[in-house]
Amino acid sequence: MASTNHDIITQLRQEILQLQGFRPPAPGAAVDLGLGPITDAFPNSVFPTGAMHELISPLRENAAATGGFMAGLVSALIVSGGVCVWVSAARQIYPPGLKAFGIEPDQVVFMDLRREKDVLRATEEALQCEGLAAVVGEIRDISFNDSRRLQLAVEQSRVTGFLLRHNPRYYQPVAAVARWHITHLPSEPDPGMPGLGHPRWNVELSRVRNGRPGNWQLEWQAGRFLCRPRQMPVEQENPHRLTG
Amino acid sequence: MGQRFLSLWFRHLLTDDAARRRPALLMAAFVLAAPDHGRMVVTAANYLAQAQGIQTGMVVADARVLLPGLEVLDDQPERAGQLLRAMALWCIRFTPVAAIDLPDGLILDISGCAQLWDGEAPYLAQIVATLRDNGPTVRSKGYDVRGAIADTIGAAWAVARYGRTTPIIEPGATIDALLPLPVPALRLDPGVTNRLARLGLYKVRHIAGMARQALRSRFGNDLLLRLDQAFGREAEVIEPVIPVVPYIERLPCLEPIVTATGISIALARLLEALCTRLQQDGKGLRAAVFKGYRLDGKVVQAGIGTHRATHHVPHLLKLFEDKIAMLEPDLGIDLFTLEAPTVDDVEARQPSIWSGTTGLQDPRLAELVDRVANRFGKGCIHRYLPAEHFWPERAFVPANSFDDLALTAWALTRPRPIHILATPESIEVAAPIPDYPPMHFRHQGQLRKVVRADGPERIEPEWWIDGARHRDYYAVEDESGVRYWIFRSGPYTGLPSSPWFLHGFFA
Repeated sequence: MASTNHDIITQLRQEILQLQGFRPPAPGAAVDLGLGPITDAFPNSVFPTGAMHELISPLRENAAATGGFMAGLVSALIVSGGVCVWVSAARQIYPPGLKAFGIEPDQVVFMDLRREKDVLRATEEALQCEGLAAVVGEIRDISFNDSRRLQLAVEQSRVTGFLLRHNPRYYQPVAAVARWHITHLPSEPDPGMPGLGHPRWNVELSRVRNGRPGNWQLEWQAGRFLCRPRQMPVEQENPHRLTG
Repeated sequence: MGQRFLSLWFRHLLTDDAARRRPALLMAAFVLAAPDHGRMVVTAANYLAQAQGIQTGMVVADARVLLPGLEVLDDQPERAGQLLRAMALWCIRFTPVAAIDLPDGLILDISGCAQLWDGEAPYLAQIVATLRDNGPTVRSKGYDVRGAIADTIGAAWAVARYGRTTPIIEPGATIDALLPLPVPALRLDPGVTNRLARLGLYKVRHIAGMARQALRSRFGNDLLLRLDQAFGREAEVIEPVIPVVPYIERLPCLEPIVTATGISIALARLLEALCTRLQQDGKGLRAAVFKGYRLDGKVVQAGIGTHRATHHVPHLLKLFEDKIAMLEPDLGIDLFTLEAPTVDDVEARQPSIWSGTTGLQDPRLAELVDRVANRFGKGCIHRYLPAEHFWPERAFVPANSFDDLALTAWALTRPRPIHILATPESIEVAAPIPDYPPMHFRHQGQLRKVVRADGPERIEPEWWIDGARHRDYYAVEDESGVRYWIFRSGPYTGLPSSPWFLHGFFA
């Protein structure tokens, strides 16, 4: 009896998801981005491609971490020669730096516009274009209605869109499936090795449609994500010796 | 069907123009004059002045004797060329090939054009009437003009200026029409004309039958050439004011178009016709210019460019969408043309069964790029290729097109930041010993403590750049894990203000 109830509830949940506009990806079209346990936070345990993600970075330093994390996602999306369109008004990305995250920089088409308004328009145009692997739009602030337009474009074209919001003025919700916050974490070099370790981030999924928000620690290693077990922040021992 | 030419002769081109600009001159005798050898010489006289016996080439002082109230205006030497050019451009609505015939005429190649106006007589009548009409309408040009149509340029020229009977010489009737005309109708040098006149050879028929050898030895090759050109034995080319574009479509309108909807419909029809032609030839357009010829003689135009040759009508319509609003119809547009100045071969593409991503060759991507480039300017689209430079600012070059392939691989051996600052920002650094990573640095007033560091990576500028300093790059990480790309410019100096810079951020 209990199992029947469980089945019914699962089926009803699926129906609700479909009513809410969530479309399961076609069989075989699901892309494994290597996010490991983060994928479980999304409905059906599938990373929503063909949808819009919002990545927020309040500081310039966060923007770099966000860019790296997103580049890792995009690299999995454009595996087979796909093209990424990158729309921005004040681009800081260093094209050769994308190579470290598995993107061939010549597979990226940059559109550099002058005004925020133009970026929004061009992003919408790009999101309407089927056949692109991913579209990145660097938009600082976006109204709900504008984000809804982007979401509608994405639902039609099944292109994965990323909204990079650097230093936004408003944090009100927008029509994206997920809101990410990426921050740096101190890296740990391999034992006995000097220098820097692999890039490590704290990935916070603060808002996810029909899913469970959460917090994870990720490392970018050898061209793929590696999810680290959650660690309690340890009290740093004082590096200075007190004298006198 | 053979070629047909129309020659237009503006008898008082310069004076008519002056009168158009100053209508008060219409009722007065006046001349245009230019200085020549220290005296003023008449270069053009209007018909009232001519009626008093004033001719071009007269000295102004002599003319004043004939007509004391004569008004003298300054002649602008470039004016005739400018006027004729404007007139030739205006004539594009009647034929695509219009050429200037200095000093006072136009030559139009009207082969196959006249039938659109129900024959040559109404065609010529409309051109001449429109140019001659000095009424209150905007079409008025107010020029005293004569026109003639013939099989050859020479014959049309001669009949326009010296013809006495009919302005339209039927095909094949060239010889009969030319024979009774005076010798100057052959466009000869004045010296040759004078010598012929002294010998009593006044008419074309006097010389047409003479032995060629005799004519050549006495009057030079030029006379024979002009004779042959007039009779159609020698080809003559004209230089159109607008080079003829092979791919051009025209749409004359019965009524002038003033609405945006009307313009869109015209554009759609022209695109449809042009793209059908392009498709049959296996071509696609790379640039297109849509022109509207307005009633007031001005031309409004809008142009688009594409990144890849295409003959896809809906896409091209979309590109023009924003531009139509910028065309001002004013009183109306009565002729539309659409031309494709640059065309390219279109590679036939095999449609794929499943719609996967096809990368940079995807026509949908090309269409997207066209739309964005046409709306926001061509310079906004960038794609980069690797370059063989270690200097970070020169490690990549912009690609010219989407077909360019990377000639070298993107370097992965050295750490490169994901974000870079357009200009490196100055930082204050404390380093324990020379060529060691810094312990901490101050950037924009904030102290960052360096916990881990990699480096240095020395990047030398190219040897041919004089006086440039090398850079020692370090990748450093602070306590919170933020990673910076910093460098020292030049060698260690030991000075407190050693030139350190922050250049980028690692992910």
